[in-house]
Amino acid sequence: MLRIDCPWCGVRDEAEFKYGGDATVKRPAADGDAESFYRYTYERANPKGWHLEWWHHAAGCRQWLKVVRHTVTHEIRTVAKAGDDVPAPSS
Amino acid sequence: MSNYSAFRLFVEGLRNQTGWTRAWRDPEPKPSYDVIIIGGGGHGLASAYYLARVHGITNVAVLERGQIGLGNVGRNTTIVRSNYLFPENHLFYEKSLQLWEGLEQDLNFNVMMSQRGVINLYHSDSQRDAYARRGNAMRLSGIDAELIDRDQVRALAPILDFDNARFPIQGGLLQKRGGTARHDAVAWGLARGADRLGVDIIQNCEVTGIRRDGDRVVGVETTRGYIAAPKVGIAVAGHSSQVAAMAGVRLPIETHLLQAFVSEAVKPVLDCVVTFGAGHFYVSQSDKGGLVFGGGLDGYNSFAQRGTLPEAEHVLAEGVAMIPLFSRLRVLRQWAGVMDMTFDGTPLICKTPVKGLYVNGGWCYGGFKAIPGSGWCFAHTVAKDEPHQFNAAMTIERFRDGAVVDEKGAGPFPWLH
Repeated sequence: MLRIDCPWCGVRDEAEFKYGGDATVKRPAADGDAESFYRYTYERANPKGWHLEWWHHAAGCRQWLKVVRHTVTHEIRTVAKAGDDVPAPSS
Repeated sequence: MSNYSAFRLFVEGLRNQTGWTRAWRDPEPKPSYDVIIIGGGGHGLASAYYLARVHGITNVAVLERGQIGLGNVGRNTTIVRSNYLFPENHLFYEKSLQLWEGLEQDLNFNVMMSQRGVINLYHSDSQRDAYARRGNAMRLSGIDAELIDRDQVRALAPILDFDNARFPIQGGLLQKRGGTARHDAVAWGLARGADRLGVDIIQNCEVTGIRRDGDRVVGVETTRGYIAAPKVGIAVAGHSSQVAAMAGVRLPIETHLLQAFVSEAVKPVLDCVVTFGAGHFYVSQSDKGGLVFGGGLDGYNSFAQRGTLPEAEHVLAEGVAMIPLFSRLRVLRQWAGVMDMTFDGTPLICKTPVKGLYVNGGWCYGGFKAIPGSGWCFAHTVAKDEPHQFNAAMTIERFRDGAVVDEKGAGPFPWLH
């Protein structure tokens, strides 16, 4: 069971959140080529280690959060607001 | 190394079981091979086996980080079936099912293939229509499928809760040729079969790097030294991304957890495989009497082979909704496997941008039933440097080219497939 420390609501149970995937990928400009959209949509580093990812506090404040979580231990190191600049962790 | 047979069993019984020898050799790695397969799971072993048996390429090494049978091939719910909607999937899985049907004679090994039937339950009119469509698609390709009504389901599986207040059972889609096989036996049988054809199965040999010369693969670095090969196949399931990255290849794969459970042993109550239509839940009863079951993914990227409690609770709730006697059963074992999830739910069996490097992965928790078909197609792809007709659609490029095979229609979210 994850416990995510939402910057707005405090520590809440995993069951309140919805996972949103890898937060390190950046959407290319609208006129980007197919290759760049392929990389954005489908290509993932899939780290075995620290992972910067989106979580949506769906059953809480409904804000999107950036979370740095370890994919082996499930330890959560950072929880930040969606607009915060969280550097991509080196796993 | 002689064949296994009833007569041999009888003779060994008379001489106190002293005549059995090890089922496969334990060779030292040679400096080079024609083909290296990374990963000694079901897919890696099947690939090596068919490379040797069908394509006559016997100078092959299978490199396994741990021991044969301890990875996902021994950590699944053992279900075998080919009931998919899209031809890209059902033709491939049907090839696999046909290979399953002859696997025991082929390998001279009892994999306990049991075609006890697989029923997908439906609980609403719209779900019945969807299953009718899927069944018809299968029948058009010559695969057995029957849409059965509530009474026919009751005759096959009387322990289900037919009058569940929320999800009453209306009927099901039955594939009689589906069923289960003994997962460990498949690993052992394929290892023995490949070994007998000359394949070196090298255990406790972890690949730590893939050596390239320009855009071509030339060999692999391992914990037991460098091994050269002009062709290298990756078949490592949950760690596909990590191994492909050693060659600078990024894959459209994320690793997620799938849990499986076994209950205490009870008398025979269920002699087919049943899947719940109102959620993701599937169950069969093993020959030892334990109910073997599982559900959906845990829901976020993970390599922890444990599984989390919210999903465990969800799976058990589904089980009780479908089979009320589940509430009295105790869970004996629970574990999680690391699943290489692609973004459309369909696997990769293909070439990569690096010449001589092939990938077999993205099994999305459908890997067990695919073992012989996957090995067959991967061996073809590696041997001929071009795909077999049944894996022609299973490329990396399908994502870039908009030709995804999205059986579930869930969109590009690996944790939803």
